Amino acid sequence: MIHPVLFFVFAAVAVAGAINLLAQKHPINSALSLIVVMGALAVLYLLLGAEFVAAIQVIVYAGAVMVLFVFVIMLLNAGEEEHDGAASRVAKIFGYPAVALGGGALIYALATRGAPGMQVEIGRFLGGTRQVGRLLFRDFLLPFEVTSVLILIAIMGAVVLGRRGGEQ
Amino acid sequence: MDYPDIATFLIVSVVKIAIVIVVLLTAVAYTVWLERKLVGHIQNRWGPSRVGPFGLLQPLADGLKLILKEDLTPPHVYRPIYILAPILSLTLALTSISLIPFGNFLHIGKNITTPLQISDINVGLLAILGVTSISVYGVALSGWSSNNKYSLLGALRASAQMVSYELALGLSLIGVLILSGSLSLRDIVDKQAGRVYGFIPNWNFFTGFQFVAFFIYLMAAYAETNRTPFDLPEAETELVAGYHTEYSSMKFAIFFMAEYANMITVGCLATVLFFGGWHGPVPSFTPALLKPVVPVLWFMVKVFFFLFLYIWVRGTLPRFRYDQLMAFGWKVLLPLAIANVVVTSLVVALRS
Repeated sequence: MIHPVLFFVFAAVAVAGAINLLAQKHPINSALSLIVVMGALAVLYLLLGAEFVAAIQVIVYAGAVMVLFVFVIMLLNAGEEEHDGAASRVAKIFGYPAVALGGGALIYALATRGAPGMQVEIGRFLGGTRQVGRLLFRDFLLPFEVTSVLILIAIMGAVVLGRRGGEQ
Repeated sequence: MDYPDIATFLIVSVVKIAIVIVVLLTAVAYTVWLERKLVGHIQNRWGPSRVGPFGLLQPLADGLKLILKEDLTPPHVYRPIYILAPILSLTLALTSISLIPFGNFLHIGKNITTPLQISDINVGLLAILGVTSISVYGVALSGWSSNNKYSLLGALRASAQMVSYELALGLSLIGVLILSGSLSLRDIVDKQAGRVYGFIPNWNFFTGFQFVAFFIYLMAAYAETNRTPFDLPEAETELVAGYHTEYSSMKFAIFFMAEYANMITVGCLATVLFFGGWHGPVPSFTPALLKPVVPVLWFMVKVFFFLFLYIWVRGTLPRFRYDQLMAFGWKVLLPLAIANVVVTSLVVALRS
């Protein structure tokens, strides 16, 4: 009974947060809106019954990634964004068609409502901590390890770039 | 959990929440008293001694003083976030305590059975880690919105330190998770019931060989709560008062309460994960009437010990230098935590 109500409330919060993220002029307000979006998404996962995914969403995205965003904004002491209101040429050529295409795809997917087996009911997500762990470390072990190596490479690249800047 | 109807469930929950909040806030007030008294004795002075016997009414006097003080809002602050930050700090501190199980099930009458815990969720430990990871924002935003260089430096130090030590904190708990095979705090405590060889309590610290993990957890938790020897975000010799320099009156008191509530949560979590929660170290022969009370008392004794340790450490150790803090977190605690995960999982795999 209460699940659909909660779903619509937090879905609305997520969308409102995302719009606010774009509308705000100050980077810290945008970052805080993004945190709200991530929190609302975590609640949506929770409503599906995916507690583990929800907790990880909060720990990794809201807790670690966004802390670094806020940290950088604070460190650079970024001020309010100045914008003349005109859209750039890239936005005109690629942005608007891409938005139209994405929106169209979304509306099509919602209209056809997917195959019967592809829908997820509220609270009927079959994937607790154990299942997620099994999938990651048994069935999809190779992609998982490759991804971690990729992240390691990215970290090393960041260190190398940071070092080079320091020597000059 | 067993309730005849939803109204009983609501009433029982509200009563539990009220009791926990009252006990927690009283504990916070008296931890401040205990700290002043103990640090006083460590430094060869008396500590508070004027208000009431042994200065026991000092927390009340302090609270009254903080409420009655003028609540200044400096003109140069960024108001919405300046006000949001202390609220966030205390809310998150109270949220994490709601997940802690402090006793076994309580039977009221014939058909009401309720766990002594506000909410028992099956990813309890992860939820607490999530709340901890978000509580960085209280500190970071207060420092940034104050628009003061000392506050900003304190907030920068705090966020860098908390993000770094969160890794070691999370990894140190994996050993316990491997041993108990569950993320629910209640299951973790239940796994630690009983004794080995008749006298060693079956706690993760002793029979699970999680000494190293406990050490890492304690160090990382001290850093997470910004306490000595890791209290660089509020190092008064360098940063005035750090992130809460611009806060006065109740807003300052809220930060203070949040810090002490977090200390209590750290003590509770250490008790639950490493020291058997509400299970006592010796078998107890209690009359049936006292059955639900004795475990809660054991739990409180253990938490009190951790609070005592906190204060003892504060009275003993000097503050780290910032580069030492970062080196300790990344080069000592993190490798140790990973080694602990590897060794624990090897032992568990070989045993099974």
